[in-house]
Amino acid sequence: PNIQQGRQRCIYGEVSPTEAGGGSDSPAPKPAASPPSVPRPKDDFQEELVIRPLHSGDIYTSFQFRTLWETDFTRENKVSHYRLFPKSLGQVISKFSVRELHISFTQGYWRTMQWGQPYLPSPPGAELWVWFQDSLTDVDGTWKELTNVLSGIFCASLNFIDSTNTVQPSASFKPLGIGNVTDHQIVCTENLTPWKKLLPCGSKAGLAVLLKSEKLFHSSFHSQAVHIRPVCKDDQCKTTSWELRQTLNVVFDLHNSGQGKNEWSLFKMFSRTLTEACPVASSSKIYIDITDNSQGEQFELSPATPLLSQAVVLGDRRTFSVYDLTQQITFGTMRSLNLLIRGKSSDMLRPLLHAERYVAGYGLQTGEIHTLMYNNHPYRSFPVLLLDSVPWYLRLYIHTLTVTSKGKDNKPSYIHYQPSKDRVRPHLLEMLVQLPPNSVTEVTLQFERALLKWTEYTPDPNHGFYVGSSVISSLVPSIVAMDTNNSRERPLFSSFFPSKEESSYFVRVYTEPLLVNLPTPDFSMPYNVICLTCTVVAVGYGSLYNLLTRSFQIEEPSPGLAKRIANIIRKMRGVPPL
Amino acid sequence: MAAPLTLLLLVAVTVRAALFRSSLSELISERVEVVSPLTAWKRVIEGLALLDLGVSPYSGDVFHETPLTIYLFHFLVDYAEVTFMVSVKKNVFRKQKFALEADRYPLDCLELIRSPKEMYYIPLKVAMFYLLNPFTILSCVAKSTCGLNNAIIALFILSTIKGNVLLSAIFLSLATYQSIYPLTLCAPALLYLMQRQYIPVNFRRASFWWFIVQYAFMYLGSLFVIICLSFFLLGSWDYLPSVYGFILSVPDLTPNIGLFWYFFAEMFEHFRLFFLCVFQINVFFYTIPLSIKLKEHPVFLIFMQLAVISIFKSYPTVGDISLYMAFLPVWSHLHRFLRNIFLVSCVLLACSALFPVLWHLWIYAGSANSNFYYAITLLFNVAQILLVSDYFYAFLRREHHLTYGLYLKRKDGSEATLVLK
Repeated sequence: PNIQQGRQRCIYGEVSPTEAGGGSDSPAPKPAASPPSVPRPKDDFQEELVIRPLHSGDIYTSFQFRTLWETDFTRENKVSHYRLFPKSLGQVISKFSVRELHISFTQGYWRTMQWGQPYLPSPPGAELWVWFQDSLTDVDGTWKELTNVLSGIFCASLNFIDSTNTVQPSASFKPLGIGNVTDHQIVCTENLTPWKKLLPCGSKAGLAVLLKSEKLFHSSFHSQAVHIRPVCKDDQCKTTSWELRQTLNVVFDLHNSGQGKNEWSLFKMFSRTLTEACPVASSSKIYIDITDNSQGEQFELSPATPLLSQAVVLGDRRTFSVYDLTQQITFGTMRSLNLLIRGKSSDMLRPLLHAERYVAGYGLQTGEIHTLMYNNHPYRSFPVLLLDSVPWYLRLYIHTLTVTSKGKDNKPSYIHYQPSKDRVRPHLLEMLVQLPPNSVTEVTLQFERALLKWTEYTPDPNHGFYVGSSVISSLVPSIVAMDTNNSRERPLFSSFFPSKEESSYFVRVYTEPLLVNLPTPDFSMPYNVICLTCTVVAVGYGSLYNLLTRSFQIEEPSPGLAKRIANIIRKMRGVPPL
Repeated sequence: MAAPLTLLLLVAVTVRAALFRSSLSELISERVEVVSPLTAWKRVIEGLALLDLGVSPYSGDVFHETPLTIYLFHFLVDYAEVTFMVSVKKNVFRKQKFALEADRYPLDCLELIRSPKEMYYIPLKVAMFYLLNPFTILSCVAKSTCGLNNAIIALFILSTIKGNVLLSAIFLSLATYQSIYPLTLCAPALLYLMQRQYIPVNFRRASFWWFIVQYAFMYLGSLFVIICLSFFLLGSWDYLPSVYGFILSVPDLTPNIGLFWYFFAEMFEHFRLFFLCVFQINVFFYTIPLSIKLKEHPVFLIFMQLAVISIFKSYPTVGDISLYMAFLPVWSHLHRFLRNIFLVSCVLLACSALFPVLWHLWIYAGSANSNFYYAITLLFNVAQILLVSDYFYAFLRREHHLTYGLYLKRKDGSEATLVLK
């Protein structure tokens, strides 16, 4: 990957929200009739669905909705005429001087070794990364406002993103590639509804009718994301237009959703069938991955379609059957399309880059984070950029960092480490490591667990604290020549990470989040502790006070009660005492 | 005198060297009773590693040593073990020299006068108490920088006893620079030096104020020089909040043998600042009353101040305790007046044994919780307070007897009891 320092500031946030209710009211964009003197803004909407049966019997569906809009948000006169582009997001871009924004909500962890590489990787939980314009001065304040506005738009508790879990990586994230560690969080139906509202057709027409929450959330992996970025229209990049991509990746489990049968249909997966394309979409397609399977098993797809397409995606040349929903003939006589997919697809290409992470050690005082990176290429080595963001309460000791490949020490060629500040910012570690071919590289780092104040623990402190995924980004050498001609019409899933060269493609892998236990104080004890400690201090104070203010005297025995009373009376009379 | 001392040194060095090379050294350097976030060797290494990476060690929250320590260890990191042992030996030499000087000839009671023969062995006893104290050994093997701090304080005491005003001021400013609390040792140093120069401690005398101004000038001047040197080392003032802000505001709640950690872990946010101020003032607060009471006895005042600092500071370790415990043989003549010594020593021994046990139960076995360790911390501190106040009582009582006679009689001729009223 490119390692030039970007001039714009990029902020990366992680989140540990719980589900939040409330509705957002992003207004449904209506096609408005503009006066003929104002030039109509050119915008374009495409939708596509890619279905890929996985080798393990599960099925992977990936929706992408792309809106391209040639406008300039940074112009002085505010843009007020929205057609396909959602107004709420347009206002966010112009108000907060955003250059790029990527937000994703994921439930579940992507199993790379069983499912292959996803078209769009995302870490468990929520992640948000933003690239601001050069002209922005108060980045921290804008970041805070932006997270609040986005949590309103997406009904997610993104306002928990603050400086304690935000990092500014120096190298891992370039416009288009920024990694962020995220926290575990539960993505729920309240996040899906506002996401659907951002689509031009809503969930009334086109592919979005399939997005019904009861089936979508009953899956092994579910990830929805919004990506906004400027794209070049041609190779010289003289003009840019804004691209909004909304993606939804779901993996349906063979046993949970599929009832153990290797037979999938749109109705079985989504409990809906398709009836029409979105009227404002310029292209609406379904791609089924039917790459020849070598095992000779029957692979059946009905209804049959004559359209075929080939694309090189993730370093592999795959063949797709295409259903064009803009053609009426696709829907047949029943005016509804229910795809039936039977049988398994071919073995997927073994992922060349794969990573795991775990915590080692015992007890609540110290521990070690081990990150394993697998390079499965038989003869090529390639460099990877590892980004780790560890919360401040796990105090990392960078002098204990060891990187070993095949048992030998492997010194990283670039290390950027920003230590944490208690209760202010997390640790940030970025390393460029060269992975030798066909090997496992292990990165270990020792840490110490901190004792927090009793108010800083979550309501269930013995559950543990989550450490977000680490991000591994790399340009992986490709066996098949990648397509570098970006101006040609290509399916959306192959054009998200444009390749600059033919021999490699960009891969980002997220590791598992970690769950770490911290030592806890006794939460029922604040009064007791204050009293007891103050007692000890008072014992010290009292002893020293006594010794400082009193002096030694010989103790005279005190007279009996009768004598004392007699003495008092005698004193009153003026007579000397007994 | 030289022979037993050399033998003692040999034994001490052997014990430490043996422990350095054994597997126990890893274990000991992780113990929270022995190292604190301020003094841990692991953190010194981390700070140096950060410096190598090009990041300021003070940009994070792991390293809290002063810049001069970085400077020192940058060159000595490979010889760390040797450095610590040398500082221990230096400590000892200073102490024993001090002990020789710290004698005061009592007035009339023959029984209470210490014979020169007794006095002869005191330096050796002090050396033994310090070198063979398990706390010191643990602290040295863990390579805690507490040993260095103790060495500086010992040098300060030596130079004060010798009467060298300039050196005393310089070492005191070094000690204050390392951790703020030795500031309170200004008062006993002033009192001792004035006593030595026969300046009466009287507010109305000009010589009194003139001496104070001189000493303050030397002290503040050297402190200023050291702070500026630290600034030039890294080119920024980052170390001030990282070192002194850390000591004063106690953000790190790592358990230790002191009172602060659990108190502030369980503190209501609203009162945090208030109690922080109270606890920090508590350390400095006893200076003036103790100085007034003990103005004739500045050496004992030094002992009391060191004890108060070691008990009430924000991140105490056993190394701090061993420093004031090394003074106890100097007051061996007070033994007849001590009231609680048996109880206190039993409690201290029991607590020292229970610390690792309850830590293991909390952190590793998971069958106890933090309250167990906290309770032992409380008990340990109460025992220390009792020890210190017992010695204070004994000292004051001896002074009283020296003035009024040892066997006191009541008005009717029977044997009297002395009470504090």
